[in-house]
Amino acid sequence: MAECHPVGFQWVMEAKARGAKIIHVDPRFTRTSAVSHVHAALRAGSDIAFLGGLINHVLSEGKDFREYVLAYTNAAAILREDFQDTEDLDGVFSGYDPEKRQYDMTTWEYEGAPTVPAAGSTDPERPGEPGSESQHGGEEHQQTARADTYGSGGAAVAAKPKTDETLQHPRCVYQVLKRHFARYTPELVADVCGLPVEQFREIAEAVTANSGRDRTTAWVYSVGWTHHTVGAQYIRTASILQTLLGNIGRPGGGILALRGHASIQGSTDIPTLFNLLPGYIPMPHAHQHQSLDEFVAADAGKTGFWGNMRSYAVSLLKSYWGDSAQPGNDFRFDYLPRLTGDHGTYATVQKQIEGECKGYFLVGENPAVGSANGKFQRLGLANLDWLVVRDLQLIESATFWKDGPEVETGELKPEEIGTEVFFLPAAAHTEKDGSFTNTQRLLQWHHKAVEPPGDARSDLWFYYHLGRLIRERVGDDPRDAPIRDLTWSYPVEGPTDDPSAESVLAEINGHGPDGPLSAYTQLKDDGSTACGCWIYCGVRADGKNQAANRQPRTEQDWVAKGWAWAWPANRRILYNRASADPDGKPWSERKKLLSWDAEQGKWVGPDVPDFEPTKAPDHEPPEGAKAQDALGGRDPFIMQTDGKAWLYVPAGLADGPLPTHYEPFESPVENALYSQQESPTRQTLESPSNPYNPARSEVYPYVFTTYRLTEHHTAGGMSRTLPYLSELQPEFFCEVSPALAAERGLENGGWATIISARTAIEARVLVTERVKPLKVRGRTIHQIGLPYHWGPNGLTRGDAANDLLSIVMDPNVHIQESKAATCDIRPGRRPRGAALPAMVEEYRRRADG
Amino acid sequence: MAEYGTQPRMGFFTDTSVCIGCKACEVACKEWNGVPDRGELDLLGSSYDNTGALGSNTWRHVAFVEQPKKFESTVDLGMPDVGAPGQDDPGVRWLMSSDVCKHCTHAACLDVCPTGSLFRTEFGTVVVQQDICNGCGYCVPACPYGVIEKRESDGRAFKCTLCYDRLGAGMEPACAKACPTDSIQFGELDELRERADERVRDLHDSGVPEARLYGHDPDDGVGGDGAFFLLLDEPEVYGLPPDPVVTTHDLPAMWKRAAVTAAGVAAAVAMSFLGRRR
Amino acid sequence: MVEPAEFKSYYGRPILKEPAWKQPDVPLYLFLGGAAGASATMAALADVTGRPGLARVGKLVASGGSIASVVALIHDLGKPTRFLHMLRVLKPTSPLSVGSWILSPFSGLAAVAAASEVTGKLPAIGRLAGAGAAVLGPAMCTYTAVLLADTATPSWHEAHGTLPVLFAGSALTSAAGAAMLAAPEGEVGPAVRAGLAGAVAELVAEHHLETGLGLVSEPYRTGRAGKLLKAAKALTAAGAGLSVLASRNRVAGALAGAAYLASGLCTRFGVYAAGVESTRDPKYVVIPQRERLTRRAGG
Ligand SMILES: Nc1nc2c(c(=O)[nH]1)N[C@H]1C(S)=C(S)[C@@H](COP(=O)(O)OP(=O)(O)OC[C@H]3O[C@@H](n4cnc5c(=O)[nH]c(N)nc54)[C@H](O)[C@@H]3O)O[C@H]1N2
Ligand SMILES: Nc1nc2c(c(=O)[nH]1)N[C@H]1C(S)=C(S)[C@@H](COP(=O)(O)OP(=O)(O)OC[C@H]3O[C@@H](n4cnc5c(=O)[nH]c(N)nc54)[C@H](O)[C@@H]3O)O[C@H]1N2
Ligand code: SF4
Ligand code: SF4
Ligand code: SF4
Ligand code: SF4
Ligand code: SF4
Ligand SMILES: [Mo]
Repeated sequence: MAECHPVGFQWVMEAKARGAKIIHVDPRFTRTSAVSHVHAALRAGSDIAFLGGLINHVLSEGKDFREYVLAYTNAAAILREDFQDTEDLDGVFSGYDPEKRQYDMTTWEYEGAPTVPAAGSTDPERPGEPGSESQHGGEEHQQTARADTYGSGGAAVAAKPKTDETLQHPRCVYQVLKRHFARYTPELVADVCGLPVEQFREIAEAVTANSGRDRTTAWVYSVGWTHHTVGAQYIRTASILQTLLGNIGRPGGGILALRGHASIQGSTDIPTLFNLLPGYIPMPHAHQHQSLDEFVAADAGKTGFWGNMRSYAVSLLKSYWGDSAQPGNDFRFDYLPRLTGDHGTYATVQKQIEGECKGYFLVGENPAVGSANGKFQRLGLANLDWLVVRDLQLIESATFWKDGPEVETGELKPEEIGTEVFFLPAAAHTEKDGSFTNTQRLLQWHHKAVEPPGDARSDLWFYYHLGRLIRERVGDDPRDAPIRDLTWSYPVEGPTDDPSAESVLAEINGHGPDGPLSAYTQLKDDGSTACGCWIYCGVRADGKNQAANRQPRTEQDWVAKGWAWAWPANRRILYNRASADPDGKPWSERKKLLSWDAEQGKWVGPDVPDFEPTKAPDHEPPEGAKAQDALGGRDPFIMQTDGKAWLYVPAGLADGPLPTHYEPFESPVENALYSQQESPTRQTLESPSNPYNPARSEVYPYVFTTYRLTEHHTAGGMSRTLPYLSELQPEFFCEVSPALAAERGLENGGWATIISARTAIEARVLVTERVKPLKVRGRTIHQIGLPYHWGPNGLTRGDAANDLLSIVMDPNVHIQESKAATCDIRPGRRPRGAALPAMVEEYRRRADG
Repeated sequence: MAEYGTQPRMGFFTDTSVCIGCKACEVACKEWNGVPDRGELDLLGSSYDNTGALGSNTWRHVAFVEQPKKFESTVDLGMPDVGAPGQDDPGVRWLMSSDVCKHCTHAACLDVCPTGSLFRTEFGTVVVQQDICNGCGYCVPACPYGVIEKRESDGRAFKCTLCYDRLGAGMEPACAKACPTDSIQFGELDELRERADERVRDLHDSGVPEARLYGHDPDDGVGGDGAFFLLLDEPEVYGLPPDPVVTTHDLPAMWKRAAVTAAGVAAAVAMSFLGRRR
Repeated sequence: MVEPAEFKSYYGRPILKEPAWKQPDVPLYLFLGGAAGASATMAALADVTGRPGLARVGKLVASGGSIASVVALIHDLGKPTRFLHMLRVLKPTSPLSVGSWILSPFSGLAAVAAASEVTGKLPAIGRLAGAGAAVLGPAMCTYTAVLLADTATPSWHEAHGTLPVLFAGSALTSAAGAAMLAAPEGEVGPAVRAGLAGAVAELVAEHHLETGLGLVSEPYRTGRAGKLLKAAKALTAAGAGLSVLASRNRVAGALAGAAYLASGLCTRFGVYAAGVESTRDPKYVVIPQRERLTRRAGG
């Protein structure tokens, strides 16, 4: 966190000054470790075992926050009799189809309470894999398969499950959990993670001692947890732990996802993702969702706030198509684009290589350096008809055709690449108005400081004027109606005719018959309201830009509601109803946030309640109620159909209802728990340009992990081009332990060549005690650290770590496994020209042979 | 701006125990003061430090020290260790510290400057007036901390100004402003010294016996630094002199010796003419 | 003598900055200034005692040496106009300031004296200028020692008691050397005697530099500085030995003179190099300061 979120880290340092104990779990000793109390060095890719060990500690010692668990979680729910755990089936759950590498989730359900298909749920189609023939047919609906089709709530559960409030029933979630994690003993954790038993015990003690009525523990993660084939399950493991300890919805608790780019949170809220619409409304599927009714059907019957899905969707359609969207035409639902399969970035690049995808916009992204398997990316780019790159700098993704590594090796020849590249300079954030949405869901407005230089224009300018020109050019072909009918007029300002960002914010906030809306609860499904993103509704309450609020902290309380605006409804802690006990009293004086004031008949406290403000703790929902009306006064998790936090997920995750330790796809050791080595549902990508290192290969005996340096930013376009940053980390390097250096003859400051089945790269060597060999499964495992910021352009240049990685993904969210893979390392620089692929080929032959 | 003489002395307390080595201070300083980049892009191989030292083009320098953990304590150290407690491996410490011109009470650079280019401001800081500096370079070897340096491209001497321009406008220095963890604290020197004493006490109480102040003592060889530090090891580990003394402390003796020897020269020459002419 | 004991440092990097002056500019400046200073005094006394040849040589060396010294200084500064900044203020805490205020009038006076000598014009003014230069001359010999010592450079600063003696002695031998080379042999007696006095001072001072300063003596004994200073000692001794014959033997006198001058150059370059060396290795900063701290703690 100190490395990548140094400004946010000031609060950790402040907490430390106030007595908080800081524990850092990371394969490497980093700048964060340097100021933490404990650094737990574990093997990259082993965190589920580590967290599972903590869960086992909590459950086996009965250290869960029982009142919280009973009242606010699904611990008491009873599962179907035919559910089988990984413990029963040696590493897979019941319902696994080894052919398709997919689950049928029926057996995961609660007894007597089937899960309902989620809105917009689509095929978990994967290019180049068995099952992808269903791409255009959409016959085999894994209706409830995909996590990203649920928005911010879980799958819908049609009825209340049977429960056992004593938590004794052998098939209740609590007992299932207990059995599932029983094997994650401190000794197993030590064996899998390479963590000393004593240190693990110390951490387990610290975490449990600091949780409960009076205290809370927070977990903070970022991509060290997500870039794995089981990344979503990492977060699930943490959620189970935090829920058992009562650390959710309470001040000082939570699982804090530190996000990436300045507004990457914003780019999932108002998504740049292929499978979401604004506000986590799923993208409709081409074949499943022929009408709005079909689209919202699953949710319309739902309880919890997703039950209002129709209002959110209709208001969105109204904001897109204005007066053209009318009840009689399904509010132009048929104008929306549709999914036909996985259109994620890696699947798209494969389509480029296969010649199906011909044109590409790269707007603020540098995949030639930043995405896994750089060569795969560049081969895709080299096979396009046209490519538009909008960026601050002439990045590698715009120049790959003349100076990419494949040009050096002779695998690509500039004169044979047909891609026409258009480079359009982009305005930086200081050169335009707009908002950033940060990790804490805070929308913070920024004002233009200077006009962009030369031809540089804001992205808003680009898309607005592009859209305007296209609209001017389309004729009256009915198939162009969605473009003709779009609401597409924003006032322009300044010397470059930049569209007003405030007017876009106004559209996002939405309006009703009486002007600007002030809360998403005002949204209607009859077409009387329009709203560009329901969770952002209220950011321009009273017609005022609330994101621009800047009340100094000295002039307000600690919740600081006067600084910027947090979605939803400016509440700062989500699910904060859980900060009070079932009767509405704070769990403790020390940790109080909200409480029920019976006299006033409402929830009071410094934060905005994440609950209906006047719903009493003893409120019992009437029979047959819908949406939020179906939730009782003791159901804090209002986006869930049952208002509960889920320790066990009966539907919605592609890879299992419970987290299980699997080895990374490329791992030097065998799975200590099951003969199932890696995630059975991992998403692989079969292509000659994406070969994998065999698991447990002697040829690639070392683990490498990739990460960031404070001094550089991601693919480097914004830092390798700047002298002040370049000089601070002037060369690509690898970090190795003195032991590995001795084993392979590497010298501090010298060169090393690092080899995988994809390619070999060279890096300067930093020999450091901060990287330790670990004892894993009785063997010494060496880890190599590689910052991934370098590429061929800019002031400081170097090989790209991503060229070393393969593409293998988490099946829920399609993220690549960039945090754990295998390689070999040897001293000296890499071969040049054709000798490079030859060496890589030689390694591959040895590994496969 | 305060009237001359009424302005209290301003300075820095750099608490290295909370430094995260982000180098924001280095970059902020360069941005604000237009300090050129070093023009070199080579990996120094000394942990994450590729700046190396303070100099004409680096007015802030963050040091990175990797070392085996050594301080044994039964209480929680507040500093982590790698490896198992109880294992043979002592684990590592990674110390980071942002260094800067000390704005010495008795500033050798200022004393020896023949042009008066170096002067003491109303804030008690030591600043080079660039239009007056003639590049004589005398300040360079005079500084007991090796701070000030001549810029090769330009010939004149440069160093931290303690953001004289910002102070004049009532703003805190750029480096302190940028520091996310408040490792660099700017303020009235007296107040900072009190705060530092308290911080050391706190650290000692919480089991960090190695915490110590450096440059805070008005009785030390330079009369105390305007920019002083809390360190977690000996100063020389961070590249700081353990007991710097302003060179001009001995200047009266030197002048006396020069005068006596000059007189000796005169006497020797005179005596040599005393002999009879041959 | 202190063993280069265990000490800690930051990646072995220097703590101090190397003196920023250019070589050979500044060692030359030191050498020329010293030779000029002693020569001026010698010239004035030669004038008074009726040794025109000796006086003439002394005046020419004083003026030539000091002007060359100014040129060397200006060359080091880079831009000629920057020298004028030296005369903005007079700061007693700055040996370079004081030195500039010595060097500037000295070189002016010496130049006037030399011009008068060469042209034969305005003899009174020439004599007066010569007297003025003669009075400033001894200061010219020793202020440069303070210039070096008044730095944090360990081997210079610690030598602040010795360097003035060395530079005074060396100035005397240089001036004597110039005289023995160029003045009529009949007039060189005082130069020989002054040279001998200088040689003694120089050799004693050099010995002290090499052995009397603890760890920071080391740079004077080793490396380039060690070689130069060894040469300087040998040359001084040879010069002194030969100088005894100078009044009788022209060749011996010339050889002695050359040896003295060469010694003067070696001394200045050697001392300069020793100073630079003592800033390169942090042990010269850390160990003595640590010892000082230990002593202080010990009471
Ligand atoms: N200075 C700077 N700041 C940035 C960025 C940048 O490039 N530079 N990028 C921004 C972006 S886009 C993002 S997404 C965030 C990312 O922020 P972070 O997630 O903090 O970034 P990383 O350095 O990629 O990974 C964090 C750590 O994960 C560790 N790690 C690797 N494998 C494992 C594992 O299996 N388990 C555990 N527990 N740890 C592991 C690595 O050693 C590394 O120290 O940072 C943002 N902030
Ligand atoms: N091996 C490995 N690979 C990784 C990761 C890892 O940890 N390990 N991390 C992954 C993660 S989390 C991320 S987020 C990606 C990042 O990977 P990318 O997004 O591909 O890389 P960036 O360099 O951040 O690219 C952003 C570009 O946007 C440009 N830019 C900045 N502002 C603007 C603007 O306002 N408009 C436009 N049009 N352009 C702008 C910048 O100049 C920069 O070139 O890398 C991923 N790849
Ligand atoms: S770069 Fe920006 S977002 Fe990242 S830590 Fe610094 S201030 Fe925060
Ligand atoms: S640290 Fe050096 S440069 Fe700074 S004031 Fe002191 S003597 Fe001058
Ligand atoms: S270099 Fe400039 S600042 Fe330094 S002493 Fe000379 S004139 Fe003064
Ligand atoms: S005070 Fe100003 S000049 Fe000095 S280091 Fe900080 S930013 Fe640079
Ligand atoms: S900005 Fe602060 S925390 Fe960052 S390196 Fe500088 S002193 Fe340390
Ligand atoms: Mo990211």
